[in-house]
Amino acid sequence: MATEVANAPSHHEEPDPNENYLKAGRGIWSWMTTLDHKRIGVMYLVAVILAFFMGGMFALLIRLELLTPGRTIMGAATYNRVFTLHGAIMVFLFIIPSIPAALGNFVLPIMLGAKDVAFPRLNLMSFYVYVVGAVFCLFSIVSGAIDTGWTFYTPYSTTSSSSVVSMTLGVFILGFSSILTGLNFIVTIHKLRAPGMHWRRLPLFIWGMYATSIMQVLATPVLAITLALLAMEKLLGLGIFDASLGGDPVLFQHFFWFYSHPAVYIMIVPGMAVVSELFATFSRRAVFGYFAIAMSSLGLALLGFLVWGHHMFTSGQSEFATMVFSGLTMLVAIPSGVKTFNWTATLYKGSIWLTTPMLYALAFLVQFAIGGLTGLFLGVLSIDIHLHDTYFVVAHFHYVMMGGTVMGFVGGLLYWWPKITGKLYNETAAKVSFGFVFAGFNAVFIAQFIMGSRGMPRRYYDYVPEFRPYHAFSTYGSWILAVGFFILAGVLIQSLRKGAKAPPNPWGSAGFEWNTASPPIFSNFAETPVITRGPYDYHEATEEELFDGFPEDFKKTES
Amino acid sequence: MNSTDLMKQLPAQWSTFGPGFDWLFYFLYWMSVILFVGIIGTAVYFVVKYRRRPGVKAEPTGHNLVMELAWTVAPVVLLVMLFHWGFSGYISLTSPPPDALDIRVRARKWSWDFEYPNGGHSQNDVTVPLNRPVRFVMSSEDVIHSMFVPAFRVKRDAVPGMYSTLWFQATHTGDTRFYCAEYCGAADEPVTQADGSARETGHFSMGGLVHIVPQSAWAGYLESILRAPSHADGREFTPAEWGEQLYTQQNCNTCHSVNGTPMTGPTWQHLFGQQVPLADGTRVLADENFIRRSILEPNAQVVQGFGPIMPSYQGSLTDRQLDAIIAYIRTLR
Repeated sequence: MATEVANAPSHHEEPDPNENYLKAGRGIWSWMTTLDHKRIGVMYLVAVILAFFMGGMFALLIRLELLTPGRTIMGAATYNRVFTLHGAIMVFLFIIPSIPAALGNFVLPIMLGAKDVAFPRLNLMSFYVYVVGAVFCLFSIVSGAIDTGWTFYTPYSTTSSSSVVSMTLGVFILGFSSILTGLNFIVTIHKLRAPGMHWRRLPLFIWGMYATSIMQVLATPVLAITLALLAMEKLLGLGIFDASLGGDPVLFQHFFWFYSHPAVYIMIVPGMAVVSELFATFSRRAVFGYFAIAMSSLGLALLGFLVWGHHMFTSGQSEFATMVFSGLTMLVAIPSGVKTFNWTATLYKGSIWLTTPMLYALAFLVQFAIGGLTGLFLGVLSIDIHLHDTYFVVAHFHYVMMGGTVMGFVGGLLYWWPKITGKLYNETAAKVSFGFVFAGFNAVFIAQFIMGSRGMPRRYYDYVPEFRPYHAFSTYGSWILAVGFFILAGVLIQSLRKGAKAPPNPWGSAGFEWNTASPPIFSNFAETPVITRGPYDYHEATEEELFDGFPEDFKKTES
Repeated sequence: MNSTDLMKQLPAQWSTFGPGFDWLFYFLYWMSVILFVGIIGTAVYFVVKYRRRPGVKAEPTGHNLVMELAWTVAPVVLLVMLFHWGFSGYISLTSPPPDALDIRVRARKWSWDFEYPNGGHSQNDVTVPLNRPVRFVMSSEDVIHSMFVPAFRVKRDAVPGMYSTLWFQATHTGDTRFYCAEYCGAADEPVTQADGSARETGHFSMGGLVHIVPQSAWAGYLESILRAPSHADGREFTPAEWGEQLYTQQNCNTCHSVNGTPMTGPTWQHLFGQQVPLADGTRVLADENFIRRSILEPNAQVVQGFGPIMPSYQGSLTDRQLDAIIAYIRTLR
């Protein structure tokens, strides 16, 4: 019987289940030992925002160094460390946990009508595993940092004198955090759905999390094994990848991308998941082609495992393998296209409310379209040979990762912000920050597409004068982008300090997570909800369910 | 450079792969522009047309199976076409003609060595004949590097422990730049050059020029790399003069000074004829054999105070070039 959903675990000090989760238990200790998915989500949120800030600072340093040819602010060896840390922090500490572990942890059980995730203790443990992994990464930074690029290619990484082992150990540990979160979500989605929440009624955010979790559980162990082999070769002289010991350097690339290509979808599918929610809420109608979007997430998860070789078209893998990987890579365009078309069709005959989260969703659509279409260039074999390892690739994956996932993350953060904090934020100021982010982001990376296809290789400390205008333009863009994020930080801090109290459903959404108070009570719902409609059925939802004010005011409008 | 040049997507194309590549690239480019404008234009139109208005409700979402199937299946046709064009281009990139001229390419941190069919070598810059297929047979002595010639639209990794090949046929005489495209690190410290200025070396500095010469000049070039160069008046370089030229051509100057300053390696000033202290505590006389061995097997006898980091020049210098370098060092006594 589904009413037995996730019994709040026995705890030395049982909080009042009907108390606001932020007030149920006080003091730092009540946070550090909490088993509440909402508080764990908030702790993740703080952690990933710190990581984003750190990775962003490294990004600004990279752009500043590249403002002029030759030395601008740092030497070549330092530059190599800075771009490696930017990549490693953004990928492993920010973007992979960003939407699933931070927003997903908070929202997923509430959307399902559950009291918590299936394994609350495992959930807390995965957070601490993340912290331990992060500590190893930080240790690597202070003990000389790492200069291999976030891809750790052998034999460069096995011969580099920088602190490769502590960073790979950190990433190894972070992987377990990712696996545990994925496992927890899969079980939660299977076992803890409220009565009436059958698969065809699952919010698309949940479908996205489900696809992501499957990839996390299946792919991450391969990364762990790869990094373990790398560390063993470095420490014990085992000949796995070293050609002089009978190993194969290209084998590392196969292993690495066998994880890291699915990881690309671990990063983008959650962004798509958030955006699907935003399009529905702010168009006031169900997402067009619900089933197609749900299945395309699973389709991407499956294809994600079959295309790793497209990172290696110039590496010397066999021509036959190259052909197969190119063909399979082309297929990725289909589920991506389906999603894009369906989101656009969702707008048709909607009632579109241009809030800041919706602007982020539209920015996602624009930038994901560019990221996806430029992905086609890279899938076409002869074209990729020229573009491989140039700034074109850098621009392409930033359009997907940052232009896609980060837009989804910020959009989702603003969308669920009133639910998480119980506070409203200043929409006008948030829109101003969006303007800077959108303009700055596109300025940074449009310039990189052009210089890339003109032959500017990536990971270059210095460049020929021909590329100077593009690098300068890109650097100016990075400053606009930074201003946007600082304004956003100001908006959120202002909201926390002085924001107006948020009603349960400030956006008037039909989604189930808005059926509870803002912030939610400790046990999410006073009683287990019974689901009688889909999450986007605006025409079936009652006026009261869609009311965007406080419940007591609704009763006044009734009388 | 004017502003229209700045917006051009591709550099000049100088190989037989160029026209086909550029056609397919611009096809993709314009196809993407049309699709992008179509999708985003529609979305923007909807956002404006169906913006929130008081009293107007959204229509419940219906189904349209035909449309959904159409936009799932239609891209497949396009994708098959793109795959086919890309794959045929790739096949020609990987199928050098049997009569291609082989040049053996060795990559190492952070320089390239090119060995020509007659045994001659050039460092960092490479010279190739016009209108003749050229095949690079590449390997790496340390980490993975990658040969990238943007004007030829070719790229291929040089991997330790295996050979990889790349071919092209140049269609234009002149100089064009090539790069290392696979990240391979940088020196920890900038190298102080003989003139006192600091130079950073690494992945980004590992490139040079491809000189494309007419076929009529090719035989002459091949011959010239085997013998001592000549002065403008036709008089051949003396061995010491040639050695002085090789000192910079072969990048000896990035680690060895000739003015007594110790750099990454020991100075060459007052080296010849001295008793040199070695890392193992013994001393050795710096004679012709010691210098020859230090160039060919640099780590056999490492001078005290320096690390065993010099790459071997075995195979990249001819005997006459070794003699010339030794002759030059002798003049620095």
